[in-house]
Amino acid sequence: MPRPIQRMPSRLNRTEMSIRDKVWQINWSLIAILAAIAGVGFATLYSAAQGSLEPWALKQIIRFAFGIGIMISVALVDLRFWVRHAYLLYAVAVILLVLVEVRGTIGMGAQRWIDLGFIQLQPSEIMKIALILSLARYFHGAGVQEIGRPLFLIPPLIMVFVPAALVLKQPDLGTAMMLVMSSGALFFMAGVRMWKFALVIAGGMGAVPVAWQFLRDYQKKRILIFLNPEDDPLGAGYHITQSKIALGSGGMFGKGYMMGTQSRLNFLPEKQTDFIFTMFAEEWGMMGGMVLLGLYSLLIAFGYAIAIRCRSQFGRLVAHGITTTFFLYFFINTAMVMGLVPVVGVPLPLISYGGTAMLSLLFGWGLVMSAYIHRDVPISRRGAADE
Amino acid sequence: MYHDNDRSKMFSRRALMLGGGKAVLVGALAARMYYLQVMEADKYAMEAEDNRVSTRLLAPPRGLILDRSGIAMAINQHNYRVMVVAEQTPSLDYTLNALARIITVSDGDRARIHKEVRRRRSFVPISVRENLTWEEVARVEVNAPDLPGIIIDVGQSRSYPLESLGAHILGYVSAVSETELTGDPLEELPGFRIGKGGVERIYDMALRGRHGTSSLEVNAVGRVIRELERKEGEPGVDLTLTLDMKLQEYAAQRLGDESAAVVVMDIHTGDVLVLASTPSFDPNSFNRGLSAEEWKDLSTNPRSPLSNKAIAGQFAPGSTFKLVTALAALEARDITPEMRVFCSGHTQLGSIKFHCWKKEGHGAQDLISGIKNSCDVYFYEVARRTGFEKIAEMAKRFGMGAPTGVDLPGERPGLIPNKEWKKKALKQPWHPGETLINAIGQGYVTATPMQLAVMTARLANGGFAVIPHVARDQIVDKTARPRTAPSWPSLQVSRQSLALVRKGMFAVSNEPGGTAYRARITQEGMWLSGKTGSAQVRRITMRERETGVKKNDQLPWKERDHALFVAYAPEENPRYAIAVVVEHGGGGSAVAAPIARDIMIEVQKRDLARIATNTPADSPDLRRF
Repeated sequence: MPRPIQRMPSRLNRTEMSIRDKVWQINWSLIAILAAIAGVGFATLYSAAQGSLEPWALKQIIRFAFGIGIMISVALVDLRFWVRHAYLLYAVAVILLVLVEVRGTIGMGAQRWIDLGFIQLQPSEIMKIALILSLARYFHGAGVQEIGRPLFLIPPLIMVFVPAALVLKQPDLGTAMMLVMSSGALFFMAGVRMWKFALVIAGGMGAVPVAWQFLRDYQKKRILIFLNPEDDPLGAGYHITQSKIALGSGGMFGKGYMMGTQSRLNFLPEKQTDFIFTMFAEEWGMMGGMVLLGLYSLLIAFGYAIAIRCRSQFGRLVAHGITTTFFLYFFINTAMVMGLVPVVGVPLPLISYGGTAMLSLLFGWGLVMSAYIHRDVPISRRGAADE
Repeated sequence: MYHDNDRSKMFSRRALMLGGGKAVLVGALAARMYYLQVMEADKYAMEAEDNRVSTRLLAPPRGLILDRSGIAMAINQHNYRVMVVAEQTPSLDYTLNALARIITVSDGDRARIHKEVRRRRSFVPISVRENLTWEEVARVEVNAPDLPGIIIDVGQSRSYPLESLGAHILGYVSAVSETELTGDPLEELPGFRIGKGGVERIYDMALRGRHGTSSLEVNAVGRVIRELERKEGEPGVDLTLTLDMKLQEYAAQRLGDESAAVVVMDIHTGDVLVLASTPSFDPNSFNRGLSAEEWKDLSTNPRSPLSNKAIAGQFAPGSTFKLVTALAALEARDITPEMRVFCSGHTQLGSIKFHCWKKEGHGAQDLISGIKNSCDVYFYEVARRTGFEKIAEMAKRFGMGAPTGVDLPGERPGLIPNKEWKKKALKQPWHPGETLINAIGQGYVTATPMQLAVMTARLANGGFAVIPHVARDQIVDKTARPRTAPSWPSLQVSRQSLALVRKGMFAVSNEPGGTAYRARITQEGMWLSGKTGSAQVRRITMRERETGVKKNDQLPWKERDHALFVAYAPEENPRYAIAVVVEHGGGGSAVAAPIARDIMIEVQKRDLARIATNTPADSPDLRRF
């Protein structure tokens, strides 16, 4: 647990902090946990390539190093900068999402990224962060009474609805749901009344049959197969079935590093991306799985501690929002490979092979770190320093 | 300012709630992991193993077939195949073109390969050509660096080095058909062949051996990663036959182009030494695959090369049957050996005239001269006195009318008629004239050459029910055990009757005027005693009798008599019995008897029965090549 540093309260309190002060405040234990989780990822990717750094592990290590650099840079940027530019970032992200619609690259049957030549930009990843920032910005300036007014909630709802609809159209149900859920958590943390949530959830339940009509065939199929995977063990249920076999056969202590038969013999689909947790748990067993679960839980606890410790509402909401998004990644992915939720394309954060998700997550943790560094900096409604 | 205090408190409160919720979810993950990885671990471990391990069968080498002196009759040969692995070629056509410059690859093969490549996974080797010559193999090997994706594979194929010699005994092997499945896992192997016909079929199970297994680790698309465990099977039992291929070869040559069959057997043990049926076929051609033309030639040839005439050819036994007729009458005491019958060239039964083969007649005949001259009129009288029921019963005792039980598939029973049979089969009563006709081996009576050999053997061995066999050892289940010393049941025929009939047979071959006197064996100690037979296959009309019965060489092949001869030798202490049938060959004494004589000389020269059968060298080289 990070403790408020008592030694130099006077410095932190100041409206302007020097770079030296900020560097001094970098939370190295947070970075250590992130590195530990990423390290598990490197080792697993190395095993997935049958004991080779190519083609995955080395690239992932470089990306992580690069991501940590970005994270620290972001952490050192004044939190008020993000308050000021939150809406702009949001606008850019929406434009990019629209661009994907217009001239996106087709990948895995879905339009999800823009090829900028040097990097494939996934606007939905940017949107995850931009949405948290702009919602935090919106609620940061809101008093308790304002939040109580239903009309006040209309703009942020639109803010959520527009990107969620665009992402859903790609179609990427997983990301759309993540946007909605993390926004929901943010609304909750901002102080929206409980009964309103109850109302929305009830409404949502009622809308399920209607929404069903709009789902793509493969999405419907995934849900149906999730409900009964044995229906189609060689077809669409193959992923879940093989994943459960891999997990279960790992047993308590696993088959040993680089000895997972299910993954090594390719029975496990997409073992380096969405199903990497299965591969890890096949080789390390329940013990390994529990250790990884513990690392993730620790990271999330850190996020919570930072959020609670923050003096500004913006900092609190951002720190919590990022932590929750991270949690959703982790939970949906592991629950999916264990057959607890339908198969949706959500990677295991920091471990699954992939560039954009890694960078956007570390960018997010940079914001959390920034919230920690600037925890005692008071922020005005519009992002200027108070007084 | 600070309303922010309220917000901070609410935030902390709600953070606790959400954080608690997340903790519950993580708890659910942990519980699920426990359920999958601990509670259900065994089930999933098994499923993972099922995924991973694929068991393949290993075909054991098929047992060899050897003759009694160890000459290889059926062996396993290396079948060199060129295979192509599509995924290892830069392009399939590039590799096939390169290969076509070295060995011939037909357009048909190309089309088939392309079709198979599309159907199978890219790492599965696909056969380009089979049965390569050694030279072709060498050429492909030398050029291997320029042939990416080409591999040479060695399979086994059955080969019959003696080609058509003994083909009917061996049979052949070919792919399993739906109706022949017995549940032996080996039958599932692609390219597995089972015995069809001959000893390949009847001892198929023993020759097959027992399958081995190889546990392979395979990946999700079925590619083999490595072998986990290998359990070798048991090679098939090597089968040694009682036949002697040197004699067989001699017999086959002696028969030449005739449509004929010869059986030589040991009268005491039942060992079949020669079993020839001509014309023959090359069983290797069945392995290679017959062309439509070859098949047509084989199947429509009037001399039926595919049929084993020695056991499946049913011929009217003609005068050779008179031995049984005589025995039946003697045993029933319906005649005495001294009884004389006057032959004037024909006899009258009611209004029908029955002719003797000798138009002028034989004059007064007793038993011995009746046999010696094969006088039809004498046996008409014998038959009239004893009746056909007794003759039929005796014929059956001597092995006719039912399969002899030789260990070969496809044996036919022949036919020994009687009143009951005729009523049932033809819905007609038995005519008294039929007794006469059938008693001289014409009419309805038929027998296989094997049956005639068995009959002769039983006459010569003192009346014991010897059963012939071609496998030296007794094959029980999948193991070969030496046969126990035979103790055949007695046929309950008196020594005196047998001695009288044999005396008649001696006269046939060794007394001047006997029907086979010109085909006698003059070498001391090898004398044979026999009986000729010429089975008429056409009806001789009254007009023909008046103008003179046509000689056989004036007739078309299909209408000529069957030439038969049965004999045993040596006269003193007999050991071998022979039956020769030449289909439409003409007269027994002119055609069949000389063949029998020549073969019996060879048989007695080798005198195999008195030499302990060699244990064939269990040379492993034989199995391989």
